[in-house]
Amino acid sequence: MRASPIRWLSAEVLQIAAETPRVKTIRLAVPGWRKHLPGQHVDVRLTAEDGYQAQRSYSIASPPEEDGIALTVERLEDGEVSTFLTGELRAGDQIELRGPLGGYFTWTVERGGPLALVAGGSGVVPLMAMVRHRAAQASRIPMHLLCSWRSADDVIYRDELALLAARGDGLDVTHTLTRGAPAGWRGYTRRIDREMLLEILTGPDARPIAYVCGPTPMVESTATLLVSLGHAPERIWTERFGPTGGGS
Amino acid sequence: MITRGFKSTRLRSDPSRVPPGQYVTNDFPVLSAGPTPRTPLDAWSFGLRDVHEKELATWRWKDLLALPSSTVTVDIHCVTKWSKLDTQWKGVTIDALLEAAGLAPPTPYLTAFCDGGYTTNLALEDLLDGRGLVAYEYDGAPIEPEHGGPARLLVPHLYFWKSSKWVRGLAFMEDNEPGFWETHGYHLRGDPWKEERYAGD
Repeated sequence: MRASPIRWLSAEVLQIAAETPRVKTIRLAVPGWRKHLPGQHVDVRLTAEDGYQAQRSYSIASPPEEDGIALTVERLEDGEVSTFLTGELRAGDQIELRGPLGGYFTWTVERGGPLALVAGGSGVVPLMAMVRHRAAQASRIPMHLLCSWRSADDVIYRDELALLAARGDGLDVTHTLTRGAPAGWRGYTRRIDREMLLEILTGPDARPIAYVCGPTPMVESTATLLVSLGHAPERIWTERFGPTGGGS
Repeated sequence: MITRGFKSTRLRSDPSRVPPGQYVTNDFPVLSAGPTPRTPLDAWSFGLRDVHEKELATWRWKDLLALPSSTVTVDIHCVTKWSKLDTQWKGVTIDALLEAAGLAPPTPYLTAFCDGGYTTNLALEDLLDGRGLVAYEYDGAPIEPEHGGPARLLVPHLYFWKSSKWVRGLAFMEDNEPGFWETHGYHLRGDPWKEERYAGD
């Protein structure tokens, strides 16, 4: 049996919004798009006038319940695609993409919970699609989201996460800042460690499904800690962004 | 389709060396689906199995190191778009394993099985004639666990997910049944020069 190819589609930029000084969310209309699962990504292809092409993968931030898709892109200084997407791209432009891609780092409400989501920086993007999907489904599946950021200025989706958590329907959101916090910050101010995971996440007895996404060292250490705390390795899903592996 | 305003800012890579859609990196990014397994070397073994999961040959860690080794310098290409040039690996070719076991391959396909439960499917011809290695050294040192140590498969002419980390053996298969990544949307063979990234490419 031969699967049909995943075609390149032409997507129109509807809107670009700044999340932080380095991160933007790009909202796209994608004629011919088939619904994605929360956690999946797309490949974006850019073509220069001389025919040069560059491709990178970006996680989808929006839930399948919304029309079109939203990509949240962090600008990497040496990233030719991310600097274009966050610097040059405008509403009304067209870009090529294909997807949805990646079938393992995904979650839908049918899969159940409880959920332990752990994000490092822009690794929150595929997890945000899960958070938004859960909200769109009015699900009450317990979900803990622990996010690690360098500073308060780097936090993506802060207001939306606060609003969703305030619904009191089983979503808890915790932020930790690893390189200094503003005056009045009452949250954690250190890298994710064993105590933090014990305090924040559902324990292994409840057999949570864990999704961990972020830079390689953070994912390595978090996944190893979760195993050492007694979480089942087969219930821990990881997605790692190496220095250039994720979406430069 | 031309993307308005996009210009290349990187040095162009050599198209005879770097497959389409790839860019060259000097880093060694890590990609895997779950926690990094850590099997102690004294509990480690590598097995060849027949289609009924019967063990045809087994090597413990020190047995593997005692087999004739090969050192290769190759380019590697990850489906996530990075390529890394001139990487050096040491290990045992699949030819050498078969010879040491005195085995004639009974079927044209194999599945590599690994710690953590991963599998990947491979055609025999992609592993023979020095094309496949069970590697245990990278750049002159033991392979780090996050990069697949103690031993990983090395099949550099295919996308790098075929070079499965934490490999513990190969099992012969009658048919080319998809492994872990292949059942999650990735291509059954994964030739980077044909850009066989996803199922149907």
